Amino acid sequence: MVHGEAWTIKEFFTYPNEYIYWTIQIVMYPFMTGLVAGAFVLSSLYHVFGVKQLKGIARFSLVFSFALLPVAMLPLLMHLQQPLRGIEVMLTPHFTSAIAAFGIVFSTYGMIVASELWFVFRKHFVETALALKAIEGRTVLQQGQYLLFSILTLGAWDISHDALEADERAVKKLAAAGIPVACFLHGYAGFIFGSVKANALWMTPLMPVIFICSAVVSGIALCILTYILTMEIRKQLSRRRRLAHPELPSMDELKSAEAHVVAMTSRYLLMFMVAAITLELLDLIFRGYTAVKSWDILRSVIYERDFVNIFVVQYGLGNLVPFVLFLIPGLTIRRAAVGTVLVLLGVFMMRWNVVIGGQAFSSSFSGFMHYVLPLWPDSMETLKEGLVGALIVAGVPFCLFYLLNKVMPVFKETH
Amino acid sequence: MISRRSFCKKSLLIAGGLAIPLSCLELFDPKRLLAEKDEKGARWVFLVDTRKCVGCGFCVKGCKVENEVPYDANVTRTWVERYVVTKDGKTHIDSPKGARDGFPNKGIDIGHGKLEEIKDEDIEKAFFVPKLCNQCDNPPCVQVCPVGATYQTADGVVLVDRKWCIGCGYCIMGCPYGVRFFHPVFHVAEKCNFCYHRITKGMQTACVDSCAFGARRVGNLRDPEDPVTKVIMTERVNVLKEEYGTKPQVFYLGLSKEVK
Ligand code: SF4
Ligand code: SF4
Repeated sequence: MVHGEAWTIKEFFTYPNEYIYWTIQIVMYPFMTGLVAGAFVLSSLYHVFGVKQLKGIARFSLVFSFALLPVAMLPLLMHLQQPLRGIEVMLTPHFTSAIAAFGIVFSTYGMIVASELWFVFRKHFVETALALKAIEGRTVLQQGQYLLFSILTLGAWDISHDALEADERAVKKLAAAGIPVACFLHGYAGFIFGSVKANALWMTPLMPVIFICSAVVSGIALCILTYILTMEIRKQLSRRRRLAHPELPSMDELKSAEAHVVAMTSRYLLMFMVAAITLELLDLIFRGYTAVKSWDILRSVIYERDFVNIFVVQYGLGNLVPFVLFLIPGLTIRRAAVGTVLVLLGVFMMRWNVVIGGQAFSSSFSGFMHYVLPLWPDSMETLKEGLVGALIVAGVPFCLFYLLNKVMPVFKETH
Repeated sequence: MISRRSFCKKSLLIAGGLAIPLSCLELFDPKRLLAEKDEKGARWVFLVDTRKCVGCGFCVKGCKVENEVPYDANVTRTWVERYVVTKDGKTHIDSPKGARDGFPNKGIDIGHGKLEEIKDEDIEKAFFVPKLCNQCDNPPCVQVCPVGATYQTADGVVLVDRKWCIGCGYCIMGCPYGVRFFHPVFHVAEKCNFCYHRITKGMQTACVDSCAFGARRVGNLRDPEDPVTKVIMTERVNVLKEEYGTKPQVFYLGLSKEVK
C-alpha cells in the first residue's frame, strides 16, 4: 500500500498522488516544541523580568522545558520514511529549507537550557556530592550517586556567597538569551508551514507569530497543570511523612503556596491567550475579507467540513470556556486544572486544524481529503502515525521529568 | 583546579570548534546549494498538445513500466485528467487510477467508489489533460528539501537522490502541482524526471514513445532548431499555475481555463 493510503479518504477530484502525508506526528511536533518554548518563557519571566510571584513555578518550568526538549525531535523521527537518515538534517543541512535550521536552533537552545539548569542547581550538586562523600562505607548505589553528582559539579566546588551570586547572574543572562532562541525555535516551526506557498491555508506570514503566541499559552498551561498535579502528590506524601518529621511544611502551607502560584501564573496565561486568539481571528477575517482565489475552498473547509473542530472544539471548548473559567473571581485549584486541560486541548486542536486542515483540500481546489486517525495499529506505519505513536510522544516528557527531578529536585530551595 | 570561568570558556570553544567543521562545509559552497545552473548545454522542456490527447492512458502505463513504479499502486509519475464541462457551467474532473487504464467508465469518478452520471445533452465540452512534473525553473521542492536530496541539474531537470532522501515529505507539500509521492518500495520521495536516463542518451521519454497520437513531446529549449522549441517560441502556449512563480517548463497547447 502507498504511504498515506491507509488513512486518507478522497472525495471529488484530487490529484492521483495526493494523500494526507503529514499526519498526527506533524501535529505533535509543533505542539511539543510549543510546550518547550512556552515552559521556558514562563521560567524566564521570573529569572529575567524578576516577576517574584512566579518564583515557585520558575524552576519547575525550567526543568520541565528540559524534559520536553528531546521530545520535540521524537515526532519528526517517527514521521520520517527513512528515520535512520534523520541525522543528515543536522550533518548536511540544506539552508534554503526551513527544516534545515532545526539542528542549529535545537542544539543552541538545548545548550542554553542545560547550562542555565547547571547554574541553578550547582549548589545542590555540590552539597549532595559533599554529603555523599562524608558517608563512610558507601553502598554501591551511594557510590554511583556520588560519582554522578561529582561529575555534575564539573569540578566547580566553590559554593561561597560570591560564587553563588555569580551563578545567579549567569542564570539571568542565559535566561535572557534563551527567550529569543525559544521563540525562534517555535517561530520557525510556524515558518515551516507558513512558507509553503503551495498550501493556501498555511501560506501566511502570520503563521510564526501565531505559533509563538499559542506556544507560550500551551507551555504555561501545561506547567500549571503539572504543577498542580505534582503538588497534589506532594501533599499526599507530606501527610504521611509529617507524622515522622513535623518540621516539614504543613498541608495548609503547601496549599496556600500552590493557590498563590496558580493564580499568578494563570494571569499570564490569560494575557498570552488574548494575544493568540486575536492573531488567529485576524488571520481568519483577513482571508475572508480579501477572498483570493483559494478562499472558496478554504471557506468550505473552515465553515463546513471542519466547523466542529475549529469553532466548537478549538475556539469554544479550548478558548472561550477556559477564558470564562479563569475570569470568574475566586479561582480554585480544581477550576484552574479544568481550565488548563481545556487550554491544552484548544492549542492541540489549533495545531490539528492547521496541519490536518491544511491538507483537507486538494491543490486542485476541486476535491477534499479526510484523515482517519489510525486508532489500533495494524502495521508499523499505522503505529507510528496513529494514536499510539502520538501517545508515546506525549508520555515520554513525563517520564523524563520524573528522572530529571531525581537529580534536580524542582521543589528544593537551593539559593 | 580549573576555575569556573575558564571552564566555561573552554567548553564554549570546544562546542564552537565542533560545530564549525560540521556546518561550514555546506555554508561555503553556495554554488552547490543553489543546485548550480549552467548556461550551456540543454534545457529540457516538455510540450503537451491537449487537443491531441484521447485519454487512452498508454503513457501512464508506459511510464509505470519504464520507471518501476509498482503497477497497481495508487500513485503515478504522470497521469491524465478528464474534464467535462456541463451547460450549467460546472466542471467535472476525474482521473481514475491516474488513467492507467484510460477512462473505462462514462461516469465521473467522485471518490468513495461512486460515479456521477452526466447526460450527453448536458455536456458543453470535454477534453483530456496529461500531467507530469513541470521541472520548474524555480522549483519549490528543491528549495524546501532539508538535506538537498532533491536537486536541479544543469539542464533543468529536477531529480531526487534515493540514497539521500530522509523521507520528510516537505517537497510533497511544497509542490503546487501534486506530482510527488512516496515510492511504495524505496520509501523516498518520487516523481517524474523526464526519463532522465533516456533523454540524456538521445532517446525520447517513455510516455512520448507510448503516445500514439503525438500529444506529448520532449525538447531542448536551448536548441533553436528543435521542433518543440519552435512551437514554444512561435505558438500560443500556456503553463499551469503560473501564479506560484515556479516557472514551469511543461508547455501546453490548447489549455482551457477550467484546467486546475
Ligand atoms: S512540478 Fe513540483 S515536483 Fe516538479 S519541479 Fe515543480 S515543484 Fe518540483
Ligand atoms: S522527502 Fe526527501 S526529497 Fe523530499 S524534501 Fe524530504 S528529504 Fe527532500
